Amino acid sequence: MTALAFAAQTLRIAIPYLLAAVGGVISERSGLIALGLEGYMLGGAFCGAVASFYGGSAWIGLAGAAVGGVALALLYAATAIRFRADQVVVGIAINLLVIGTTRFFLRLAFHSSANSPRVPGFGAERSGTGVLSLAGNPLVWVAIASVPIVAWLLYRTPFGLRVRAVGEHPDAATSVGIRVPRVRYRAAALSGVLASFGGAYLALDQHQFSAEMTAGRGFIALAAVIFGRWDPFRAALACVFFAAAESLQIQLQGSQAIPSQFVEMIPYALTIVALAGVVGRAVPPAALGRPVE
Amino acid sequence: MRRRAADEAIFPAVVALLVAAIVGDALILSFGQNPGTVYRLLIEGTWGNAYGLGQVLYKATTLTFTGLAVAVGLRAGLFNIGAESQLAAGGFVAALVGLVLPSGLPALVTLPLYVLAAAAGGGAVGVLPGVLKAKFGAHEVITTIMLNFIVLALLNYLTAAHLKVPGSLHTAEIHAGALPRLSAMFAPFHGSAANVVIVIAAAASVLTGWFLFRTRRGFELRAAGLQPEAAEYGGVNVGGVWTRALLLSGALAGIGGLNFVLGYKHYYEEAFASGAGFLGIAVAIVGRNHPLGVVLAALAFATISQGGLAVNAVVPKQMVDVLQAVVIIAVAASVPGVRRMLRTAR
Repeated sequence: MTALAFAAQTLRIAIPYLLAAVGGVISERSGLIALGLEGYMLGGAFCGAVASFYGGSAWIGLAGAAVGGVALALLYAATAIRFRADQVVVGIAINLLVIGTTRFFLRLAFHSSANSPRVPGFGAERSGTGVLSLAGNPLVWVAIASVPIVAWLLYRTPFGLRVRAVGEHPDAATSVGIRVPRVRYRAAALSGVLASFGGAYLALDQHQFSAEMTAGRGFIALAAVIFGRWDPFRAALACVFFAAAESLQIQLQGSQAIPSQFVEMIPYALTIVALAGVVGRAVPPAALGRPVE
Repeated sequence: MRRRAADEAIFPAVVALLVAAIVGDALILSFGQNPGTVYRLLIEGTWGNAYGLGQVLYKATTLTFTGLAVAVGLRAGLFNIGAESQLAAGGFVAALVGLVLPSGLPALVTLPLYVLAAAAGGGAVGVLPGVLKAKFGAHEVITTIMLNFIVLALLNYLTAAHLKVPGSLHTAEIHAGALPRLSAMFAPFHGSAANVVIVIAAAASVLTGWFLFRTRRGFELRAAGLQPEAAEYGGVNVGGVWTRALLLSGALAGIGGLNFVLGYKHYYEEAFASGAGFLGIAVAIVGRNHPLGVVLAALAFATISQGGLAVNAVVPKQMVDVLQAVVIIAVAASVPGVRRMLRTAR
């Protein structure tokens, strides 16, 4: 296994994490807990696969994924903002909702309880796992570009300033004329699009949707958001680190050096360590999870 | 006051029921079926016969434990999302004890041991986020979610590497003091998994209610949940309350593991919790964190869940997963509104 192949495999694993984590950063910075990332990803994967199947093109699939992600994110935002529901409860429920809904419509649309038929993806069929197939996948470039773009958006634009303001001190933001709900809706929609692309990447890369195919990746992305202390660049670094650990574990699988279960634990254990303040304290946005009057 | 509390408990449930009925109808119609027929099948397959009822009771038993676990946490102002792994850990530790115990022991000796073992397993997983919160201020929502993944991976490793029967995902069978099924006492339940752990669940609900509303520790716990600063000022050690609340919460979820491990299969199996921990959140919310409400909500969610299997031939059973999620969202979304409405109406 060459270093290049290892890097390619790491990148391949990191792409969905990157997209979801960057979306999670925007959502949490605006004060909306990003517990629904897993659901947005799974919803994006399903809508992406269905749209790609019926539209006959991966680009249509991508559009379908975005629609699904935005719809879910706005449902979450509406219950949290308009109805002031508890964000933790609704976030968990969104994930359950998507698991059930995708399985239900999988049976309705494709008469299968496990997976969809083959759908068009990006690039040639069976282009292999090499660097070239990665470079030919536009979602890879979207994911890589999303990190600096979101950082620029958050730190260098009026919109980003508002997002951070409503996440830290919504009352102060209101007092200077910022419409807090509107900013949070937009942040939620953006996070929905990005996370759904992460899910669409999985479905289009494997040329099919399978039930619960995101398998907890949304929670790893959430772990990266927290471990990266709510900053797009640091969250991206965390994603790459988690992906490298997974990639290493796949390499070591033959030798049985480290049981896979222990590698699975790494992102979660590091997040707890970060929250406990062992290596510098992870302090969330002040108004995270708080509804506004 | 009492009247308002009742209104506050009932309105969101009614809203949730209406929303669930609308969504359910839409799903059934999208599958080209008649909603009336499907609902009739659902009732017949659950409360309509002894086997179905037995299965509902079995599922409600686990949900009562996880619901109580989440409710105790919420009364202390803490969100325990970790009931899933605490349930698994409780079942795992109980299974370990069961595999070690000699098989001749009477149930009177083994049952307390099993309850203690399961409580210790769940409590150990539960207390960790409590300590992290009290000592470092680490948010319990995130730490319990992360611990779910860590603990389940650890249990999977231990089972896969050391305990499983080759070719399966479960441990060897436990022979020491297996708990009798309800069908042993009441024949029509034959075939259903309902077992005497349901009695422990009933006792746990009563004891939890007594603890929360009739003891000083329970009062401290609720005070810390309602207004931590005021409780601290009143002499309550809030950090200690948090730690004890999550210890108790984890222990309750852990005892729930007995239902599957000792009451039903007589072995520990990977992923036996299968979402019952997460559903505990829904049970606690719909049951308004009151032990009696939790029991009723557990019965309701168990009915929906068993009902899904009853209608599976006509409509995919995933319909009920969707309905469960819809109920949670509808209740969560209507509670603040109902509370405000009642406040202005007074």
